[in-house]
Amino acid sequence: MSKLYSGAEIVFKCLEDQKVDTIFGYPGGAVLPIYDELKNFQSVKHFLVRHEQGAGHAAEGYARSSGKPGVALVTSGPGATNIVTALTDAYMDSVPIVCISGQVPTHLIGTDAFQECDTTGITRPCTKHNWLVKDVKDLSKVIHRAFEVATTGRPGPVLVDIPKDIQFQKTTYTKYKKQKKLNGKAQSNFKQSEIEDLIKLMSKASKPIFYTGGGVINSGPKASELLRELVSATGFPITSTLQGLGAFPAEDNQFIGMLGMHGTYEANNAMHDCDLMINVGARFDDRITGKLDEFSPKSKKVHIDIDPSSINKNVKVDLAIVGDVTEVISSTLKSIKKNKPTFTKSNKQKISKWWEKIEKWRSINSLDYINSTETIKPQYAVQRLYELTKDKDTFITTEVGQHQMWAAQHYKFNKPNRWMTSGGLGTMGYGLPAAIGVQVANPNKLVIDIAGEASVLMTMQEMSTAVQYSLPIKIFILNNEYMGMVRQWQELLHDKNYSESYTAALPDFVKLAEAYGCVGIRATTPEELDDKIIEMLNTERPVIFDCRVDKIENCFPMIPSGKPHNQMLLGPNDQKQKKITGKGKTLV
Amino acid sequence: MSKPKSAYSIPGKIGKMDTHIIVVWVDNEAGVLARVVGLFSGRGYNIESLAVAEIDSKKNLSRITIVTTGTPQVIEQIKLQLKKLVPVHKVADFKREDKQVIFKEMALLKIVGNASKTQKALNTCKKYNAVILDKTKKSVVIQITALRRDIDKVSIKLKSLGLVSASRTGAVAMTRGAEVFK
Repeated sequence: MSKLYSGAEIVFKCLEDQKVDTIFGYPGGAVLPIYDELKNFQSVKHFLVRHEQGAGHAAEGYARSSGKPGVALVTSGPGATNIVTALTDAYMDSVPIVCISGQVPTHLIGTDAFQECDTTGITRPCTKHNWLVKDVKDLSKVIHRAFEVATTGRPGPVLVDIPKDIQFQKTTYTKYKKQKKLNGKAQSNFKQSEIEDLIKLMSKASKPIFYTGGGVINSGPKASELLRELVSATGFPITSTLQGLGAFPAEDNQFIGMLGMHGTYEANNAMHDCDLMINVGARFDDRITGKLDEFSPKSKKVHIDIDPSSINKNVKVDLAIVGDVTEVISSTLKSIKKNKPTFTKSNKQKISKWWEKIEKWRSINSLDYINSTETIKPQYAVQRLYELTKDKDTFITTEVGQHQMWAAQHYKFNKPNRWMTSGGLGTMGYGLPAAIGVQVANPNKLVIDIAGEASVLMTMQEMSTAVQYSLPIKIFILNNEYMGMVRQWQELLHDKNYSESYTAALPDFVKLAEAYGCVGIRATTPEELDDKIIEMLNTERPVIFDCRVDKIENCFPMIPSGKPHNQMLLGPNDQKQKKITGKGKTLV
Repeated sequence: MSKPKSAYSIPGKIGKMDTHIIVVWVDNEAGVLARVVGLFSGRGYNIESLAVAEIDSKKNLSRITIVTTGTPQVIEQIKLQLKKLVPVHKVADFKREDKQVIFKEMALLKIVGNASKTQKALNTCKKYNAVILDKTKKSVVIQITALRRDIDKVSIKLKSLGLVSASRTGAVAMTRGAEVFK
């Protein structure tokens, strides 16, 4: 007879089998048997966070920077509810997370027991799937299936809820067997004819554009390589969503910057005027499209996505290719090489006029701002940070708000998996714990959280985690004492009524750093900024960097709400600023 | 702003609304109905009626029939979103007008009144496969199977004939002929 294992042991056997070496978690009554087993499984290292939300975001940072699923372990009740934000965040941004939660013993489920909550009920809408394990015999099968669901198709979070009595009960262990057919959920069965159609559209187009998103990154590093090959072969301009940054090198001339609400003038105008839009792994999010009725009115639209439900959800497309980005691009490249070897040359001539137009838009230099010698402009701070770190393989996370947009606009990403930001859900407090996960996955790399002072306070307690495990993350706070993006909208849309967007009692971040046992640095003038950044980079411990920036700087360019792509609001240099009135007001 | 429908973008033109019958084959496991129904409520889709029961105890399969209304785009989303759920095996979609599909709903109607009234009630129901399930001197329980709209009509007519209680199922659907939906 084969050996019997307890449910708690089976959890770790499964993790070992799935090659998981890192978990983020927080113990509690209903997961104690699992925590008791931790000592017997040396291959799994546990990182103790300070709040379960931190465990979830750390798992996200780990997953997004490593390409492996992130694993979180939490207890029942508040443990489970605390991680809901992170699960929702992962669901919106398609990050593979496996969350294991403890539950009260089966005989107490439904009795409002201590620390009981309907975990599978609460997490049902924010996971790809979840399971309540009521029989220990199902446990290994369920956990393996959980990893399969999280990592295949469009990735996302899953949750396995394990009652405490199941963790004690014993049964045999079933090893993981890779299944060929995944219940039909992972789809990559596009037709060659669709690829031919795409090539036909590409060769006819005179004003084409690639619009790429996080799907390219999720498809793996190979997808980014192939995308570069395809873009350079076609000579088309390429723009990227917030999540797709890094899939194509930002410093390449064919890259025309990020698009969307705070995207560049050239990217948004090119999206509006193009005659062929090739969406690769993006989802026509409302921050991208602006006013839907006037979204890119004259173009044929192609959508490459692994999730069939993304097709025609927001924008109707002319050609849909459902499949993995790597496979679709690789087939496309093969077909071009085989059938149209002259495609590259003939095409570049055809679209030269298009490029002239784009260069004209580009010359407006929409990311420009008025610099100052007195105060640090936030854009300047991000630019200096980029210049001083670009020779290192740097990983950037962010919180949510103005600083996030400035980071996206002014930090140039040239490699995939180097940029971790909460795009879909827009979770303030994401960046610090995510940086912890990134640093765990990439021990010797430089990891910086470009933060805002309001966001970072939401999960500041995780500094304690960073100190405990000597994770030298750098928290680069663009401190303007305001919830900057809220303040900006109030200025533009609510007659400068800055209702509750100013934080009147901020902590002294340098002293706070010292209290946590890490290093605090402050910069207040532009001339000392470089030296202070270098000081931060030379510190081998975690650092909180309090960068005091201009308090009323706004993030431009901007598509005012209710406006299409070609009616952007440019920065203070632009004289044609139009005030947003009436209709647009309710639409932000 | 008179109609602040959305906090984000201007609602586009709303297309023509159609009634569809969506049939979903699912693993009969705990929470599966909540997943399907939660998907509808979470994404703001409409459910007019719902019928669900296990159809194969060996394979552990249940069949859920949902009547819904929506624009063609919404109906397409409903199908694609349903297909993404892990316990869902297949999804069929029929238009209400589809002649190739049979739709039926059942209703149990309790009529209280004297013999002449209950007889009148029975006559009203005759067209709809009426079956008497229970009969006393003062009352009768009639089972009818028909389309939703017919049952609606009958219910209104029966109001004056002593209808005191009505219990109705959601619609179930089956294709005509030898073909089976795959």
